[in-house]
Amino acid sequence: MLLIPCPYCGERPELEFRYAGEAHVARPADPMKTTDEEWAEYLYFRSNPKGIHIERWRHISGCARFFNCVRDTVSDKILKTYKAGEPRVDLKQFEKGAN
Amino acid sequence: MRFSFLNLAKQALSAHRNWPEQWRFPETKASYDAIIVGAGGHGLGTAYYLAKEHGMRNIAVLEKGWLGGGNTGRNTTIIRSNYLWEESQGLYEHSVKLWETLSEELNYNVMYSPRGVMMLAHTVHDIQVFKRHVHANRLQGIDNEWLTTEQAKEFCPILNIEKNMRYPILGAALQRRGGTARHDAVAWGYARAASAMGVDIIQNCEVKGIRRDANGAVTGVETTKGFIGTKKIGVVAAGHTSVIMQMAHVRMPLESYPLQALVSEPIKPIMPCVVMSNTIHAYMSQSDKGELVIGAGTDAYTSYSQTGGLHITTHTLDAICELFPVARRMRMLRNWGGIVDVTPDRSPILAKTPVKGLYVNCGWGTGGFKATPGSAHVFAHTIARDEPHPINAGFTIERFKTGRLIDEAAAAAVAH
Repeated sequence: MLLIPCPYCGERPELEFRYAGEAHVARPADPMKTTDEEWAEYLYFRSNPKGIHIERWRHISGCARFFNCVRDTVSDKILKTYKAGEPRVDLKQFEKGAN
Repeated sequence: MRFSFLNLAKQALSAHRNWPEQWRFPETKASYDAIIVGAGGHGLGTAYYLAKEHGMRNIAVLEKGWLGGGNTGRNTTIIRSNYLWEESQGLYEHSVKLWETLSEELNYNVMYSPRGVMMLAHTVHDIQVFKRHVHANRLQGIDNEWLTTEQAKEFCPILNIEKNMRYPILGAALQRRGGTARHDAVAWGYARAASAMGVDIIQNCEVKGIRRDANGAVTGVETTKGFIGTKKIGVVAAGHTSVIMQMAHVRMPLESYPLQALVSEPIKPIMPCVVMSNTIHAYMSQSDKGELVIGAGTDAYTSYSQTGGLHITTHTLDAICELFPVARRMRMLRNWGGIVDVTPDRSPILAKTPVKGLYVNCGWGTGGFKATPGSAHVFAHTIARDEPHPINAGFTIERFKTGRLIDEAAAAAVAH
């Protein structure tokens, strides 16, 4: 079980959280002008990397807030969490010694 | 050498020391007519049908580890075709029909055992969904029948049908032709038969890149054993599909999750069938060796770690102990995880891709084993003819753009 550091509540067991998929997938700003390809990309296509992944979690049984999490999908090690709304982190800082 | 009574008797005379190796361990050639990436059941089967039905003998199967060492060797071996939509029924039923004669076809005992797959209903919603499946299947001529609680107990006597359970059993859907097979034997049987027809199975050879020409068509693969040229690449890499496809800059509608399973100590036969319960996240059957083979739901997060959280298996064992009180004092011998590639609609992708010469067979999620022969058969057709077989025509990547999804979330039967 993962121990996840919620940026609001601190480190808590995974059972208190709900996974919410890849982070920073922005909803198309103008739905009427969005093509089928762009909708498909937003709804269904994911980067699914083997390595560092930025994802959303929700502390459903705690503060109930969404936040972002940087995790290595090979080791499942959590490298950083940060609040929703903060800018996407630069992945370069994690590349060294990621595994 | 064929497996036959005569050969068995002959080999017995030399104490079985002279059986030849079941498949060759060849060096890579400079180029092949087609390359399959991934030597699991689906990949080896694809190579087998390419050689047998489409006359393509100059082909290779590349495998990062050892053949059958990924999800083929990690799954819970359940076979069934009780899916909801016509497209899925066509694909999975095609597979069940091939299972029925696969041992004879491959001259290899894959131990297909149509012992019946029973899916339990615990809520009114379950009853409605399963009855809908029963009717949808019967309209397509696929066997699936509704059982009352008592009939379910009769079919699987160790089932607990007490009314005081947290989720009492209200009935069940039974597919009698469903069952199990020996997962390793499927990989070995296809490998042996394909190798005998000249297919090169290259193990410990990881694909590191896909090379393309100025027009974008594939020209070969970069591997840990050097460059190998080819005009056709079939990617059958299960959980690692996104990684391989990224090498050709194709984004996929996939997410890879850990899926766990476990086995108990071996005991005498107590379980005559496969029992699945979607609602309380457990399924169980008994192997011929006597172990209870138990499957759990996927973990919550994407991962390539081939391990999952212990709370997932604990949750499953809670359900198993409630459904089968006889199992409460049993010890579990091993648990493990595999990485499954899940599509948004829980149906696979068996298709051409936007890249010329690149084909993909993926997205089987939590239930690819049952489809091994059918998937391999139609995928070989897709690669050889450069067009899909009518059975897999709907399983494209484009369906996520057109919206023509094949939603099998209910039939997938595993929580995810």
